[in-house]
This record gives sequence, structure tokens and C-alpha cells, in this order.
Amino acid sequence: MKLELRGITKRFGSLVANDHIDLVVEPGEIHALLGENGAGKSTLMNVLYGLYDPDEGQVLIDDAPVTFAGPGDAMAAGIGMVHQHFMLVPVFTVAENVVLGHEPVRGARMIDLPRARRLVREISDRFGFDVDPDALIENLPVGAQQRVEIIKALSRDANVLILDEPTAVLTPQETDELIGIMRQLKAAGTSIVFITHKLREVRAVADVITVIRRGKVVGSAPPSAPETELASLMVGRSVDLGVTKKPAEPGEPALRVAGLSVIDHAGVLQLDDVTFEVARGEILAVAGVQGNGQTELAGAILGLQKPVAGSVLLDGTELVGAGVRDTLRAGVGYIPEDRSDDGIIASFSVAENLILDVHDRPPFARGISLDPATVEASATQRVDEYDVRLTSVQDPISTLSGGNQQKVVLAREMSRPLRLLIASQPTRGLDVGSIEFVHRRIIAERDVGTPVLLISTELDEVLAVADRILVLYRGRIVGIVPQKTDRDVLGLMLAGVPLEEAQVQAAEHHTALGAADIIATQEERS
Amino acid sequence: MSDNAPAPAAAPVPAVPPSAEPPEPSRGETLLREMLSSSWVVTTLAIVLALVISGVLIAAADSTVQSTATYLFARPSDFFSAAWHAVTSAYVALFQGSILDTGAPTFVRAIKPLTETMTVSVPIILAGLGLGIGFRAGMFNIGAQGQIILGAVFGGYIGFAFDLPVGLHVLLAAIGAAIGGGLWAGIAGFLKARTGANEVIVTIMLNNIAVYLIGYLLTTSAFQRPGSNNPISPPIKATALYPHLLGSQFRLHAGFLVAIAATVFVWWLMDRSTIGFRFRAVGANSKAARTAGISVNTNYIWVMVIAGALAGLAGSAQVLGTEKVLSIDVAASFGFDAITVALLGRSKPLGTFLAGLLFGALRAGGFAMQARTGTPIDIVLVVQSLIVLFIAAPPLVRSVFRLSSGSSRRSTRSVKEAAA
Ligand SMILES: Nc1ncnc2c1ncn2[C@@H]1O[C@H](COP(=O)(O)OP(=O)(O)OP(=O)(O)O)[C@@H](O)[C@H]1O
Ligand SMILES: [Mg+2]
Repeated sequence: MKLELRGITKRFGSLVANDHIDLVVEPGEIHALLGENGAGKSTLMNVLYGLYDPDEGQVLIDDAPVTFAGPGDAMAAGIGMVHQHFMLVPVFTVAENVVLGHEPVRGARMIDLPRARRLVREISDRFGFDVDPDALIENLPVGAQQRVEIIKALSRDANVLILDEPTAVLTPQETDELIGIMRQLKAAGTSIVFITHKLREVRAVADVITVIRRGKVVGSAPPSAPETELASLMVGRSVDLGVTKKPAEPGEPALRVAGLSVIDHAGVLQLDDVTFEVARGEILAVAGVQGNGQTELAGAILGLQKPVAGSVLLDGTELVGAGVRDTLRAGVGYIPEDRSDDGIIASFSVAENLILDVHDRPPFARGISLDPATVEASATQRVDEYDVRLTSVQDPISTLSGGNQQKVVLAREMSRPLRLLIASQPTRGLDVGSIEFVHRRIIAERDVGTPVLLISTELDEVLAVADRILVLYRGRIVGIVPQKTDRDVLGLMLAGVPLEEAQVQAAEHHTALGAADIIATQEERS
Repeated sequence: MSDNAPAPAAAPVPAVPPSAEPPEPSRGETLLREMLSSSWVVTTLAIVLALVISGVLIAAADSTVQSTATYLFARPSDFFSAAWHAVTSAYVALFQGSILDTGAPTFVRAIKPLTETMTVSVPIILAGLGLGIGFRAGMFNIGAQGQIILGAVFGGYIGFAFDLPVGLHVLLAAIGAAIGGGLWAGIAGFLKARTGANEVIVTIMLNNIAVYLIGYLLTTSAFQRPGSNNPISPPIKATALYPHLLGSQFRLHAGFLVAIAATVFVWWLMDRSTIGFRFRAVGANSKAARTAGISVNTNYIWVMVIAGALAGLAGSAQVLGTEKVLSIDVAASFGFDAITVALLGRSKPLGTFLAGLLFGALRAGGFAMQARTGTPIDIVLVVQSLIVLFIAAPPLVRSVFRLSSGSSRRSTRSVKEAAA
């Protein structure tokens, strides 16, 4: 199926989110859409999927104009979409979610659940997914939820599949799997529109790349184009993809975590006797595959979760048992890993979201009275400083693009004096330019002497920003290693292999990327 | 702000718009959200539509209309003029009974209906304001009825049992009423915070307990009027009464000023104070609120206490102003009307105030309508119920009035929340 968008324009009030966009997706093509946060990618895809009506322009399928009154029409026309944020019913099972909206029925309009289950199994088998059709969505990790979304789109025999930042929440392994699936689909003739901020992925899988900036198509590139070229095309200036930073000058230890153990609601030991220190002026990265205790570690330090054992000393003060509010007051900045769940309140304005944890302190409050003028003025300043793209700070934050929402969280947490910064997946969903910016902010924070705990599943990020790396596996520390550690060794440690053994194994068998790193390090040394 | 955003249309989005909502929105919460997000236009149209449909019912219940219907095809004009007459006279009576009695001989009697409307609306507004706070904080408080009763009990007791100077007495009685309502509601808040007990069930139970409690109290020597066998208290002392606003020929009392002050206060509380900021944060996304250091449980308790205090004031308006005595049915059904009013006013203070006046008018006018035209007062209940029904189903109203939800506005919000 050939898909064409012709002259699509979509306005939100005075803001032109899509400005006469032309796009052709050939059958069996993987078409990557690149663009900064707020460039208008999701908006364009929502137009294509029938969620928004374009103000101007046309959608053509096999050269015939079509109009979609809603996603139902788009689905019927063979278009499937996996949204940037999941659209799953948390209390339904996988099978129920997959068939929601076109439930197979049996007899007197009874949902044919066995058939739904079979459908899920069939698709999972075909693509090598591992999902239990009877699991409740709310009990699944994000990666698995992502797969459910994909199964859902595939179950409707989509000829064109839209994937809006599907890899933002996936682990590297999961991303590899997804790329494999995309290749399989392509081989079967499905066209894919693939949105991502990760240039590496684009280059690995795309056939054609279209770059959008501020609502306009600014160019296209072959996947062989160098990353720096793609990046500068996206952002409109040259971007420094590597992070330049001075070596750390660690001071005395500021955060001491000792023997910390956390048991979750289900009674599972999620964090097992974790001990480490972070010094002033040092970035300790916690690397690990999602779900290996990182969430619990951050939660326990912040006071969201009560540890069963251990202590967390910040500058000599015990934080365990202090409560979230007092911990934040003590000067802890926290960037939560799941922005929409824990980081923002969707219906609140941008200005209100910027004061969530400081709303009752001067200058925003006098006594119990809020000062809207100060709140707004400070919001305007923050938004400028962090280059958040929006129309008004009084708009609900839900009208911002995903990446811009993330910048609001960062702006809130990093613009007060800190004694500890905990950043969980701080660049999730950000474009390359913004990632560069955030990394520089985190390093600047380190350079003024703040201890930083960076929790990231992104090995690139860990290697780029960290001074030391702590590897977590199944809630235990596999090892704490210096930043200059071989990528392959780290990869093995992420899978639970202890340092010495990982070094032996890595020496025997190098992957392409790891080898490249080693050469680079050697060149640097000589 | 969010309330200006177009209501999410029932677009066949593959699944619920997630993420923005707290982890598991129950069906009640979803309904609540739908009601709160409907626009002013829909509200107005819902009222019009409710009046039209009730008009049909009024005509159908009218005996002249019924008899003309038997020869409808012979002389249709009879039928239609009878129907027209029945509906207009009922609504004219409703208007005259609630706003301005155009046929009244004296000015005082002409404006009396309006003052009655205002008087009746006081407890509805006050209790509705409290419920609105709860709704915006994500708590479905059904307990205004019980909270009004407890407010009336506390305020009434202070009002008849003590001798205090003018001014101070009414002030203390009103404060007592607020404390009574606040404590009663606080029980539900405390149980929710401590044990996770569902506030819907707890507040419904507390309503029942309150009804039996006042029934029992009015048989004890502390509360029952000496020498009376009826469950009724001694009259409230004159020093504890809300003063009349327009002289003693009208029932309108200073409770109405309390309602206005409370409306302004609630606006300030919710939109301009740190307390309301936390309430709204907890209601909109309790996980994010918790992560920002806001104690969700503490807020549950405070939301209920403040809502209960407002309902308690509603009780004080009844016992210290309108009824001037504590009796079993001092709360009438104001606590339940207040739920509707809070939803109708979309939990915003001004909206609740106006919706409260509307319900006060329906109540006051309903009596006149029944007396003058024989239209059963139950029609008023029908109107109220229809309004709620239509508010709860904006797509229905839109389709009746062929009001497109705006093609370009279609589902903008629900989509955006999901697909940011
Ligand atoms: N419903 C809406 N109301 C108002 N503005 C909107 C709405 N939806 C999107 N926008 C604006 O349109 C622009 C494009 O947003 P869009 O979500 O398409 O960006 P994006 O390219 O997907 O960015 P990201 O990479 O951050 O997800 C943004 O400036 C956003 O604020
Ligand atoms: Mg997007």
C-alpha cells in the first residue's frame, strides 16, 4: 500500500504544528521521521491516524484521496499506530486489550476470549514475543506493554504501521528485538513510519529519512548519512554528539547508602543489600536493564518506598524514614523515570507543574497564599532557559510535546540549590539537541560540587556522562567500575556476569561496537 | 486552563487515554471526569432540553390534554391549545413561584418568591461547595446529608442550650455547626487515609447513622423540647439566629451572605492557596503529587474536613436561619441536591453557586406550581434528574442540538493527553 500525505497543515490556535507537509511512504518501506521535540511528528501521525482533522491537505492511499473521521476509519484502511504513550486499559488482560474495539464475539455477543488469546499467541509466536495473554497490563513492565501495543496494531492486519517513539522506553535488547520485527514486517510488505530520536536506530533500519523542523519538512537523507549531519539537520545547528567534560574532582563522600534492601508489595526482594557512596562533585551512574532494582533504589532514597533494611545518609543526615517532603526539602532533586506517571500532572498548567514540589515556599507562596504573578514570571524564565517550546505557560502541560514535557520536569528539579541530584532516565524522549543540553546541565551541576546519581538504562548515556558506573542486576550490585570500562564488559555485567569473568569473556569475543570503543580509547591514550 | 479545553468526544480511540489519570480510574471517577469536563454550553443546553422534555410530561399529565387527546384527529387544535396552555401555565407558575410573582398585589409579595429561592438555595450552595472541593480532589463524597445533620445538631444545641450575647452567640453556633460537619466528614477522610476504606461507602453509611443519631438525640432530655412528645428541640434563642436580611416579612437571612462568602472563600482556597493546590494535585494525579512530597493521605483528611465544615454551615443555615428549630428533617434532601448541584456547577465555586440558585428556584417554584396549576411537584425532580442525565452525556446533547463538537477540536484533549 502506498501512502501519501500532501500539503498537510495543522494549527493549534496560533501555533502551526504542521506546515504544508508532504510525505510519501512506498510499500514495504521503513520511513523514519526525525525532528526535534515539538517539531510536529506526533501531530502529523495523529492526522494520518484520523485523530486530528487537518486544516489543509490530503491523505492519499494508493493515489486515491481518503478522509478519516476517526481512528476506526484509519484502521479499516489498514493503518495501525503505536502511540508515544500507551493506550492500554491497565485493569484488562493482554488479550482483552488486544481485541478491544473489535472483539471477536461468540453466541449472544459474548467476547470470544479463547480466540483473543489464540490471536495473541499466534502473533507473539510469529515475532518471537514473550507475552502472557492473561497477564494484567498494570502488572507488566513497560517493555512488555510496548509489545502489547505492537501486537494490537498487528492484530488488525495493518499495511502501514506507525511507530511513534516505540524505543524510548525499551532496553537495548528489546530495541534490537523490535528492529528485527520491523525488518520482518517490511519483508512481508508492511510499510512502517518510524519516529525516534535515536540516530543509531534510524541508521540501522530506515530506508528513507525525512527530517521535520518547526512543522516543516526541511530535508531528507539516506540512512548512510553520518549522525552528525542528521543531527544538525534536525536541530538547525551543529550538535556536539559526544559530551565534553573535565575529569571529575570528587570531594568527600556526600551520599552514603549502606545495606539498603527493599521488598515490594508483592513480597519480592527488589533491592538486596546495596552499599555505595557518591562523592561531592561526582556522577555515579547506576546502569542496569530496566526492572533490576533502579526504581526501588530511587524510591527508597527519596522516601517513596520504605526499605526493610539499611540506611541512606546525606551529608551525615539519615534520610530513611524522613518522608518525601523532608527529603526534597533537604535539597534532593529528583527526576522520576516515568514522566507522565510521577513527574507531571497533565491537567495542570506548565506554570503549576513547575512548582509542584516548591509550591508552598517563598517566593511562590506567602503563608498559605499562592502568588500567581511570581509563579508565572518564574515559569516564563525557566521555560526560556530550558528552551521549552510552548504557546503559553498557562496552557495545560498535556498540550506540550513529549520531549517538552520532560524539559519542564528537568527545569523544575534542577533550578534550585541541590545537595543531591537523582536523575532517572533524564533524557527519555528528548531529541539530540536537548540531550546534549541536559547532559551539560547535569555535568554543570556536578562541577559546582553536587553529587549526582544518574540512573539510566541507556549505555551510551552512562558511558558519556558518568564518572563511575554501578551495575545493578536483580537488585544486587554486580560491580562498581570506572567510566573507562569496555562497553562489552559492561554489557556482560548488565546480564549479571561479575567483572573479572566479564573481562575474560569480552576479550575472547568482541562485538563491533565494543571493538570500536576500545580502539577509540587506545587512540585517546596514545 | 483545563476547563476551557473541549470535552473529549467519544472518538473510537483504541483504549482509554491513559497516563494523565491516576493509576486506576474507577467507573465513578470516569463519570465524574466526564461531567466535570463538559462545557458551559452543554450545561445551558442540558437545562433547556430538560425543561422541554418535562414540558411534554406536564402536558401528558394534564387532565384537559388527556381528554382532548381522545378526539385528537377530529379537532387537533383543541389538543394542541390545551397542551400549550398546560405547559405554559405550569412554567409561568414555576417562574412566579420562584422569581417574581407578577400577579401579586404588593411589591413585597411580588419579590417574596425570589427571596424564598435565595433562602432555599443557601444550604444547597454551601453543601455543594464542599462536595465540589472533594470532587476536584478526587473524592466522591456522598455524605453531605449526614454532615448537614451533624452541623445542625451542633449549631442547634449551641443555639438553644446557651445564653450568650448577641453576635457572639450566632458566631459560636455557626462555628460549632462547621466543626460538627467537619468532624463527621473527617471520619470518612480518616478511614480512607488510614485503611483505604472507600469514601463512597463510608459516607453513605455515615448518612444513615446521622439520621438515626438525630432521631435518637431528639428523644433525650438534652435535646427534646420540654413538655413536648414530638422529636423537636426547644426553639433557637433569638441571639443565635442569623439576622433577617430584608426585614421580618421575608425569611431571607444572613445565611445567604455566608453562602456568598463561602463561594469566594472556596474560589480562593482552590485557586489561590497552597492547600487547594495540593487538593487539586492529589485529585488529578496522586502519584505525581506523592512524588512531589505532597502527603496524599493527609490531604484526604483535610479535604473531607473542609467539605464537611461547609456542609455543617449548610446545617447552620437551616437550624439558625430558616427553620429556627432542630427537627428530624432539618436537612430535607439538601445533601443529595448538593451532589447534583456540585456536578452541575462542575465543582467550580461560581458554577456551584449558580446551580444552587437554580435548584433553589426549582424547589421554591415547584410548590407554587403544584398549588396553582395542579402540576405535581415531582416534575421538578424530573427536571433535575434530566439535567444531570444530559450533563453526564454531552454527546447526547450535542447530537440533539446538532452541535458539532468542532471537527478540528475533536478529541484534541484526550488525544493530546495520550499521544503527547
Ligand atoms: N492539542 C494541542 N493543543 C495545543 N498545542 C498542541 C497540541 N498538540 C500539539 N501541540 C503543539 O504542537 C507542537 C507539535 O507537537 P508534537 O507532539 O507533534 O511534537 P513531536 O514532534 O511529536 O515532539 P516530541 O519528539 O517531543 O514527541 C508542539 O509545540 C505542541 O506543543
Ligand atoms: Mg511526539
